[in-house]
Amino acid sequence: MSEQVSGNAQVEDLMRKDYAAGFHSAIESDTLPPGLDEDTVRFISAQKEEPEWMLEWRLKAYRAWREMAEPTWAHVHYPEIDFSSISYYSSPKSMKNRPKSLDEVDPELIATYEKLGIPLHEQAALAGVAVDAVFDSVSVVTTFREKLYEAGVIFCPISEAVHKHPELVKKYLGSVVPQKDNFYAALNSAVFSDGSFVYIPKGVRCPMELSTYFRINELNTGQFERTLIIAEEGSHVSYLEGCTAPMRDENQLHAAVVELVALDDATIKYSTVQNWYPGDKNGKGGIYNFVTKRGIAHKNARISWTQVETGSAVTWKYPSCILKGDNSVGEFYSVALTNNFQQADTGTKMIHLGKNTSSTIIAKGISAGRSNSSYRGLVRMNPGAEGARNFTQCDSLLIGDQCGAHTFPYIENRNSSAVIEHEATTSKVSDDQMFLCQQRGLDAEKAVSMIVNGFCREVFKELPMEFAVEAGKLLEVSLEGSVG
Amino acid sequence: MLEINKLNAQVEDKQILHDLSLNIKAGEVHAIMGPNGSGKSTLGNVLTGRDGYEVLSGDITFNGKNLLDMGIEERAREGMFLAFQYPVEIPGVSNMEFLKAAVDARRKHQGLEELSSFDFMKLARDTSKNVSLDPSFLKRGVNEGFSGGEKKRNEIMQMMLLEPSLCILDETDSGLDIDALQVVASGVNAMRNSERSFIVVTHYQRLLDFIVPDYVHVLAGGKIVKSGDKELARELEAKGYGWLEGEVA
Repeated sequence: MSEQVSGNAQVEDLMRKDYAAGFHSAIESDTLPPGLDEDTVRFISAQKEEPEWMLEWRLKAYRAWREMAEPTWAHVHYPEIDFSSISYYSSPKSMKNRPKSLDEVDPELIATYEKLGIPLHEQAALAGVAVDAVFDSVSVVTTFREKLYEAGVIFCPISEAVHKHPELVKKYLGSVVPQKDNFYAALNSAVFSDGSFVYIPKGVRCPMELSTYFRINELNTGQFERTLIIAEEGSHVSYLEGCTAPMRDENQLHAAVVELVALDDATIKYSTVQNWYPGDKNGKGGIYNFVTKRGIAHKNARISWTQVETGSAVTWKYPSCILKGDNSVGEFYSVALTNNFQQADTGTKMIHLGKNTSSTIIAKGISAGRSNSSYRGLVRMNPGAEGARNFTQCDSLLIGDQCGAHTFPYIENRNSSAVIEHEATTSKVSDDQMFLCQQRGLDAEKAVSMIVNGFCREVFKELPMEFAVEAGKLLEVSLEGSVG
Repeated sequence: MLEINKLNAQVEDKQILHDLSLNIKAGEVHAIMGPNGSGKSTLGNVLTGRDGYEVLSGDITFNGKNLLDMGIEERAREGMFLAFQYPVEIPGVSNMEFLKAAVDARRKHQGLEELSSFDFMKLARDTSKNVSLDPSFLKRGVNEGFSGGEKKRNEIMQMMLLEPSLCILDETDSGLDIDALQVVASGVNAMRNSERSFIVVTHYQRLLDFIVPDYVHVLAGGKIVKSGDKELARELEAKGYGWLEGEVA
């Protein structure tokens, strides 16, 4: 009978929705010709009018990178990247003389962010959220700066921090992710263009959510942003990043570094909604997302990573915590959804150094279409981690019968008093669940998104309220074309 | 209400229903009994349009419309409800969220406005008490960690909230103790009225002591081999199904 379409076919139909953020904006830009050598690094540094120490820092990274090899251990496959065919710097032309206020920003740029649902006009902005917008390689606008300044909070482009707060940048840049940490971190250290800088003074609770929206616009351009967040003793901050890119047939490289420093008794909550262009349904195009994110937690400090990953053709990302101080806490809550030909190798590292440190890992992987999703996580208890605890839960949900879910847990325990727990499950969106929902009058689309959202509930509840709603909707859109 | 005319249906290339005809009028309660493998559950699945149940020939009219032209959710919104024998769990999706989505879908279909969250919550709480489920079950995941009896009561609660015109109970009595059975039966009886019809599929006569049917049909070999009133159910209880086997073509 014609109405008896199989569950698989229905879900596949659902998964065919288009990438909503896939438009390209016609903005004039200054883009560096492709290629990478010392002159490129010097050029970028000169564009930013950086002091000598910053240039030296970049060059040291570049020289290290030249000697390094691309990592191949991740469970992802993609053609070799030609690093000489990428442009390492692109700036909207109108940014040459950085605008002093929003009124001076190219209206086309503001329109781009509005299309993405990110209002940059402060009066229209999401209540209580300050936004830094990074377009290609340059931060275009940061909202609510004055209000934050009153609280002593610094929230500005990192290129500006290099000039205005050199002592902080010198002290902390590379302190958590050293230049030579890995291939992509070294590349980022050499050519990073911009990103956000956050400083929360001692004892201050940041009065609003901070967020950065990254947008890659130019063709053949890599985006290398660098984020540094420093939370002084007893301070508290919640930060969110979002990312989108136009639909292009070529793959584009995104290699970011994020460093978090949580000093004694501080809390940093870092949430990501990653929606880079994932490529089309045949696997053409999409962003290569190779990101290094790490935080260091001092005594009694807490670092919490929450990520919702629905975009990118290839994701290689392990937001990690070094639990250095006694009683420090690390958390990782992750939803990674792959569809069509997407590949994700993501997870975390929890390095327990201090006494009574504890970590929690909740990772939810959803695979649909012909995609592959892997969880890769390391829990390490060092000899000094007396009484440390870890709890890990990895759940995989499969949609259809052509996708894959993989789990690679690494556990290294060098302290006999440490307690490590690991739970893992794999399940499917079953025909029975679909039938129950549909028999109660829900259409297939609603049924799938409800079941998947239910699966992700533990992670979504960690997101700031308005972003939890956004994340749920994003999943709905990303799922179009894949259940069974 | 429901007219089934010479229905032939198969599952995985095996024909299960043969020339089955059945006419159910508004307000009637029909019990379908029969031995294991007779096609009792298949009938409910075919009527609700479940994947894998293929209609080979015959026609079905539901509330004056051609049922076979409708998809699963459309049949549900038109007022067809199946209470499952083994209700499945949907982890992380709260019962409240699920029920509201279902009720909203049905109301939208009927041209009614969605209920406000406040009104719905009140309605759901009251309804849960009618099936002796603590309102805390509304906050839990759909059937997640529910006992067998709680799952069945949850089904009846859904039925009450959706106010269907045709309720199909698929061996709702299986695995229930006598107390739970009475709760389920009184829920069903409270819903009986001149507009609403029921198909009660069961293996045992016991349920029919509590939900007294207007008609009893015996299904064997995929066709109705005998029809009668509630006395037929007692006869079956006493004699078993064996004596009817001769009537199977």
